[in-house]
Amino acid sequence: MFSSLKEKVGQVLVPGDEFGFEAEDSISLTESAKPERVVCGPGLRRSGDRLVVSKSGVLRHKPPHCFWIESQQRRYIPAKGETVIGIVTAKSGDVFKVDVGSSEQASLSYLAFEGATKRNRPNVQVGDLVFAQFIIANKDMEPELVCIDGSGRANGMGVFGAGGLLFKVSLGLVRRLLAPHSDIRADLDRLFPCELVVGLNGRVWVRSSSTQQTLIVANLLQSCDTMTAAQRQQLFRKVQQGAL
Amino acid sequence: MAGDHVKLSKNLLRMKFMQRGLDAETKKQLEEDEKRIISDEHWYLDLPELKAKENLMVEEKSFVPCEELRFGRLSIKGFNPEVEKLMVLMNPKEKEEEEDVSRMQTDVTDEEMALRYEALVGSMKKKFAKKRERAALDEDDVNQNVVETEPKRGFMKPELD
Repeated sequence: MFSSLKEKVGQVLVPGDEFGFEAEDSISLTESAKPERVVCGPGLRRSGDRLVVSKSGVLRHKPPHCFWIESQQRRYIPAKGETVIGIVTAKSGDVFKVDVGSSEQASLSYLAFEGATKRNRPNVQVGDLVFAQFIIANKDMEPELVCIDGSGRANGMGVFGAGGLLFKVSLGLVRRLLAPHSDIRADLDRLFPCELVVGLNGRVWVRSSSTQQTLIVANLLQSCDTMTAAQRQQLFRKVQQGAL
Repeated sequence: MAGDHVKLSKNLLRMKFMQRGLDAETKKQLEEDEKRIISDEHWYLDLPELKAKENLMVEEKSFVPCEELRFGRLSIKGFNPEVEKLMVLMNPKEKEEEEDVSRMQTDVTDEEMALRYEALVGSMKKKFAKKRERAALDEDDVNQNVVETEPKRGFMKPELD
């Protein structure tokens, strides 16, 4: 299966495509007898002995054995461990309801903030923005968020959002922004000082020293979705010359 | 006389305060009885043995580990110093630094380490030896240390005639 998956790396796959174990039934003498473990990322699903594609997109591979489907979508599906930007929509007793752009609202306990105790409640109002992490994200259950890590530290999570602007982009663009060697980020580095909060649910929050600059960055990022690298660099250069 | 023939009941023998006086044979028998009762109570499903297949696929729902995405808070050109600090803390280090670590690890080679400890063994031994033994040890060293390239210079006892 490993070899059949490797063959398809970089190709477009559609939901329903399958990979089976049959291909590797013949025993090879040169390779080690122990079959290799495969990590199937988003877009690939295990079904008995086989691997089924559940999203349409390009198959990607990261050595040693991680495969996933890179797809373009705007609807967010919660996944455990991902950090997102949520909007608090309701306060009900012990939990806040948070809109994260998925099919269901997530719950966020008031104790899941740094330094929060039963007596010392965090100051969270309806409408606030929170940067939080999924601790429970199942298909059939309400997702749950926390604003602390395993050791109880906030580490950049929690309520934020004074004097900035929130907008929505596609999930693919968000991943391009956060990729290890991102060219969009490199282009942004040449503009003016600003601050970004990027949630994997496609929400991006920007703040800069003036409202104008904030708007410029927001508009640039929103238009990045549909531009080629050359077009983007040209536009960024134009903005740089105009702003300076 | 009559007391020898009286048999105590099993349940009584099993009680804790009776255990002390029991001899080995009765004890063994009681244990066996108990075991049989337990194994009789267990029952099995008459099914073929379920073979747990090794799971070769691990599902991962998130893009973060696959694409090695960075932490979602960015500060550009030093706009927010706090976030800059966070970025250093949260983002895994680049590969260049890893190379540094590997170089540091080979700073002291295994041979060097062994040589140093070799010297240490001797000096620790001396420390715990008694006075007389210490003198003997020193002599031994002088006689036996052929391996050392440069013999240690020190006081040598003049031979008495």
